Amino acid sequence: MTAIRAKNILIGKPGSSLANKTGTWRVYFPVVDKNKCTACNICYLSCPDGCISGDKIKKYEVNLDYCKGCGICANVCPKQAITMVKEEK
Amino acid sequence: MIETKELPKELFFSGHTACSGCGVSLAARLILLAAGENVILTNATGCLEVFTTRSPQTAWGVPWIHSLFENQASVATGIAAALRALGQEDKVRVIAIGGDGGSADIGFGAISGMFERDDDVLYICYDNEAYMNTGIQRSGLTPFKGATTTTPPGKISLGNQRPKKDLPSIAVAHGVKYVATATIGYPRDLQNKVKKALSIKGSKYIQVLTPCPLGWGYDNSLTIKISKLAVETGLNPIYEIENGNLTSVLTVQRKPVEEFLKLQVRFKHLFTKKEGAEVIKEIQKIADENFNKFKK
Amino acid sequence: MKKVIEGLKAVAETVALCRPKVISAYPITPQTHIVEELAQIVADGKLKAEFINVESEFSAASVVLGASATGVRVYTATSSQGLLLMLEVLFNIAGMRLPVVLCCANRAVSAPINIWNDWQDALTVRDAGLIQLYAEDNQEACDMHIQAYKIAEDHNVLLPVIVNLDGFVLTHSYDPIEFPTQDEVDRFLPQYEPLEHLDVKNPMSFGLMAGPDRYMETRYALQESIKGAKSVIKKVAEDFKKAFGRYYGGLVEEYKTEDAEVVVVSMGSIISTIKDVVDELREEGEKIGVLKIRTYRPFPKEEVMEVLKGKKRVVIIEKCVSIGGTGILTADIKASLYGMEKPIPISNFIMGLGGRDIKKEDIRQVIKISEKGIKENEFYGLDEKIVKEMDV
Repeated sequence: MTAIRAKNILIGKPGSSLANKTGTWRVYFPVVDKNKCTACNICYLSCPDGCISGDKIKKYEVNLDYCKGCGICANVCPKQAITMVKEEK
Repeated sequence: MIETKELPKELFFSGHTACSGCGVSLAARLILLAAGENVILTNATGCLEVFTTRSPQTAWGVPWIHSLFENQASVATGIAAALRALGQEDKVRVIAIGGDGGSADIGFGAISGMFERDDDVLYICYDNEAYMNTGIQRSGLTPFKGATTTTPPGKISLGNQRPKKDLPSIAVAHGVKYVATATIGYPRDLQNKVKKALSIKGSKYIQVLTPCPLGWGYDNSLTIKISKLAVETGLNPIYEIENGNLTSVLTVQRKPVEEFLKLQVRFKHLFTKKEGAEVIKEIQKIADENFNKFKK
Repeated sequence: MKKVIEGLKAVAETVALCRPKVISAYPITPQTHIVEELAQIVADGKLKAEFINVESEFSAASVVLGASATGVRVYTATSSQGLLLMLEVLFNIAGMRLPVVLCCANRAVSAPINIWNDWQDALTVRDAGLIQLYAEDNQEACDMHIQAYKIAEDHNVLLPVIVNLDGFVLTHSYDPIEFPTQDEVDRFLPQYEPLEHLDVKNPMSFGLMAGPDRYMETRYALQESIKGAKSVIKKVAEDFKKAFGRYYGGLVEEYKTEDAEVVVVSMGSIISTIKDVVDELREEGEKIGVLKIRTYRPFPKEEVMEVLKGKKRVVIIEKCVSIGGTGILTADIKASLYGMEKPIPISNFIMGLGGRDIKKEDIRQVIKISEKGIKENEFYGLDEKIVKEMDV
C-alpha cells in the first residue's frame, strides 16, 4: 500500500496528449500534390505539431487528427506542392 | 531503387495545445528529435510547459519535470548531480529549457550559478521575445521598440526602450564552452547544434529564436518565413562561440530590416507614427552592427 | 562511539551516516558549520556524495528537488532568511511528494535582521506540507535526522521532513553525543527506493498543470497523507528505540503530566529548561508537568487532547507570534482543544524572540502570572526601558 499521492493527477504518462485531437481546431487543412512532392522533408521539419511525414515512395501525408491548419507547410514547400483547402463543415 | 530513410521516433507528441503555427512547439519537437530518448528535461513555467502538460496529459516522450518559473537551471543541476551519483552521466544527458522570461529575467540568477559551476547541462532558451504565456508582456529579450502590453506605443512612447539583453555574451563571460544561437527557420542547423552541445561535458547554452504568431502579430503560416527574415535582416544573427572564439556564422542573403518589421503588428507603430522612420534607422543600425560583429 | 562535539558538526556527521547522494546547501548563520563539515567529509572521501555549492538557498532547494526527483537521497540545511527564500520550492517539493530531508537552525526573521534563535522561520512555512519535527537537544537532533529519512521515504508517506534545532542554543553548544556505527544506520535506514522518478527507461512528466477540476484533490491527498504519517512517525520512533535504545516520544513527549494540574506546553530546546523548573516546583509540592510538542506538523491533536484533558491550567511558552493574530503554537493548541466539555484556561507567553534568553526564573514567573488569571499573547521579558525610549 502506498500513500494517497494523487499520482494520476500529478504524473503524466508519455503519449497521453494524443487523446487530445487538435484537428478540430482548424479551418483550413493542407492537401499534398504527390506529383509535385519531392520528399525533401522540409514540411516535416517545419510542422509544430508533427503532422506531416512520409518518404520518397509514399510521398508526404498529413495526420488530420492533429493538424491545426496553420499553413506553415504550404508556405515552406519549395515545390508549392501543398495547398490549404477550407474545411467543409 | 528509391532509398527511404526511416524518420526518427517522435518524442514530442501531437495533441499539445500550442497555438496553431507556434514557433516554440516546433523548436521543442526539433530539439527532441535531435536529442533522442536518453535525455531528462527540466522546463520553466511558460508557454512550453503550459501547452504540453495539462493534467493528466503530457506531450513529452522523455522524462520531464517542471518545478517553478525561475529554477529550471538549478533543478537541472540537481538532476545532473544525481546522474553522476548513479554513474549514468555519460548515458543520460540533461537539458534545461526556459523562455526568454524564465532565462533572461526571473531565472537569470539560477542560470548564472549553473554556468559558473559548469554543471553538465545544456541550457536552451526559447526566445519569443516577451512573456507570451501571460499575455505578451515585455521581457529582457524584447527587441528595441517592440510593442508589448507593458511597453505599448502611446502618445509619448514608441514601445520598448531597451535593446535585447545579450544573453549569449553573458554565457561566454561565464566561460561556457559552447554558446550558440539558432532558430527554427534553419531546423537542421538547430538540430546539429543540439547534437553537438549534448556531446560536450559541462554547461552549454543555445538561444533559439521562436516567432510567436499571436504575440508578434502575423499570420500563423508565416512562422518559418519570419524566423528566416529575423536572421536575414541581421537582427538575430546565427552563430557559434566555442571556448570564447567565434567559430561559425550562418551566412545569409542580406535584407533591410523593414522586410522583417513590416510583417508584424508589434512594429506597426513604426510605420504609422512619424517618429517611426527614425526608429527604423536605429534598428537598421543594430542590424548593421550585428553583421559587422558576426563575420567569419 | 561517544564524543563531545558541537551540535552542528554532530548533525553533519550523522547526516553523512545516512548516505545522502546529493547535498546542496547555502551557508547562513547559525547553520554554516553543517555545510562546511559536510563539504569536508565529502572532500576527504568519507562520504561518496555530490556536494553542490550553489548561489542561493533557492537554488539549494531546487538542486535537491531535481536530485530527489531523479530518485536519490538528498540533504539540505538552512535557517531564517534562507528558509523563507526557498519557500516557493518547499511548496513544490511537498506538492510533488519528494522525500527531501532538510535541517533548519531556527532563527529570527528580518526585519530587523537578527541571527539569534526563535521559531518564526520554520513556523512561517507550516502550510507547505512538510513534516515538522523539533529537537530538544543535540542527541535528539542527530537521531531525528536518521528517523526523518525513514519517515520521509516510507512509501506510505513520501513527504519532505524539516528537522528543527534552535539556533546557537543547540547548534553551537557542545554535548556528548552517541554516534551509531555505519552498519547500524544502514540496517535501520536501507537504501532509498523511489517510486516513479525521472528515468529514461520510464519517461514520465512531473509538475503538470492541474486545473480547477483536479487541483483540490491533490491537496486532499496531501492532507490525508500527512495525517497518515502520524502512525509512521510513531512507529519509526519506537523502532529507533529498539535499535538504538533512545526514545524522545513520537508525536509528543509528556513529562510528569499524569497527575499534574498545570501543564506547560512548548517545543525545542526550552523544554529542557522547563523540565528543570518543573522538577524544582514538584519538590515544592506543585502538581505540574510538561507537554513537549515534538511533531508540529502533522499537528498531534489527539495526543494533545489526551494529555491536557481534565487539567486545571495550561501555560504555553512560545518563541513566535503571528503578527496580527496569536502565538502560532497557541493557535494549534487551542484549535485542538476546541469543543472540549470543560474548557481549560490557557495562558500563552511570547518569549525569547530574536534570541532573548529564557531563564528558569522567567519560566517560574510566567507560571506564577498565569495563576492569577488567563493571559493571552502576553509578551514576557520586554525591556521596559527600551520600550519607553524606543520612539522618543
